Amino acid sequence: MAGQGSRQPVLAVENLCISFGMYGRGMEKYELEVVHNLSLTVNPGEIVAVVGASGSGKSLLAHAILGILPGNAKMAGKLTFCGEDLDRAAQKKLRGREIAFIPQSVEYLDPLMKVGKQVLGACGRRERKQRMETRKEVFARYHLEESVANLYPYQLSGGMARRVLVAGAVMGNAKLVVADEPTPGLSESLARETMEHFRELAKEGCAVLLITHDIDLALQAAGRIAVFYAGSVLEIAPAGDFSGAGEALRHPYSKAFLQALPQNGFCPIKGTQPYAGNLPKGCLFGDRCPKRAAACAGNVEMRTLRGGEVRCIAAE
Amino acid sequence: MQEEIAGGRLEARNIQFRYQKGSPWILKGVSIKIEAGERVALVGPSGYGKSTLARILAGYEMPLQGEVLWNGQPLPRAGYCPVQMVSQHPERAVNPRWKMEKTLRECWEPDGEFLQKMGIEEAWMKRWPIELSGGELQRFCIARVLGPKTKFLVCDEITTMLDVITQAQIWQVILQETKRRGMGLLVITHNLALADKVCNKVVGLPEINRF
Repeated sequence: MAGQGSRQPVLAVENLCISFGMYGRGMEKYELEVVHNLSLTVNPGEIVAVVGASGSGKSLLAHAILGILPGNAKMAGKLTFCGEDLDRAAQKKLRGREIAFIPQSVEYLDPLMKVGKQVLGACGRRERKQRMETRKEVFARYHLEESVANLYPYQLSGGMARRVLVAGAVMGNAKLVVADEPTPGLSESLARETMEHFRELAKEGCAVLLITHDIDLALQAAGRIAVFYAGSVLEIAPAGDFSGAGEALRHPYSKAFLQALPQNGFCPIKGTQPYAGNLPKGCLFGDRCPKRAAACAGNVEMRTLRGGEVRCIAAE
Repeated sequence: MQEEIAGGRLEARNIQFRYQKGSPWILKGVSIKIEAGERVALVGPSGYGKSTLARILAGYEMPLQGEVLWNGQPLPRAGYCPVQMVSQHPERAVNPRWKMEKTLRECWEPDGEFLQKMGIEEAWMKRWPIELSGGELQRFCIARVLGPKTKFLVCDEITTMLDVITQAQIWQVILQETKRRGMGLLVITHNLALADKVCNKVVGLPEINRF
């Protein structure tokens, strides 16, 4: 509700840590921390994009917000939704209604239910007629023919399944949309249209957390972009900084990210993201960084710099 | 690794296909020819049958009419298929009850150097597929099919779920391997910038599909 003029963030994540209980040899059990001290806010009417390496914990953040982490996951830190504590009970009540989710994998569709019914969701008889209308509108908007509603997920193409997932999420009046990679498999024009739709949702006061690695799309829609790496945020910057060769960016990883795009050079940096069980001391990006110094092995804290935030001591 | 140069020509002639009797035709009269060493991008809107064509070319589906020819002969129905495909959804292309090392060694024995090039960590080998991210799984799926017996690779949106640095790394390896071995490549993608960098020809499916 942007009209009320409150700037209370819709979603605030403070010091989120996620770890998995894993089994080693025999009965030995250990904890593997995969997301470390992550903080992020999303304001009403704002689209925050999360980009970063695959396996950096982007989807885990989404799952933590929804409360759908797997059973062996442990979570610490604080989540608030519109000022209220977002605990398990609240998550259960809000998800699917005030918090909408677009999952990453098309596997999230129920294989035994026709997709029309899945998009419609569970509702009473009175609500049904209204929702049916909305469903038709949403289908038309995403260029899904009415006959698609009668198909099962296995009968859909990758892009169609993706559109069905998006359609399911925009049915209600959510205050927060968490979109986990909503666009792969969609053609460029359709992807742009989806972004346009997110922008409209944001204009109506909805907050959008957009997880993607398509930086072009993120730029088109988002106000701020957070860069994830190995389970922590390395940089949060206004979207405008991600233009050209990335001179305005603060962290070397964000710059490398931009330069690896097919349209800007397509040149990757060497190495891989460190494994969660074997993280380097200090800066997580240290072993791939061109500017590495001795001080990088110490504790590197997030700090504010030129209208953004960065976790790097060399950044200026 | 045994050196087996010379890829081959993959040709589809007048392919017609639909999934069931009475369901709409997906492909009609589709012909495409890709020479050894050629890299072709296949583009088109979603739902137009790009992945279906890929599955037919790799021998996963039989066309109702028309034929797929490998060096002028029908695609072998038994034994190792020289045309291999990497799918759009890696989580669906691996056996959930196999540890990753078994999946990786399904059809050849990749050496350590190759795995390093692919960015596959030793620690991932002992894990189950659900413990890896989509991008990590996709590296396994690509490494699995880059064996010496593969002569042609069909890539169906293989890097859309990867971050751009990994995408660039993986394409570097695929390009290096395919160029060295003279393999042909069919790349399905929505990313025109990527098609431009990777391929030497772009084909729109709506233009070659008559229906």
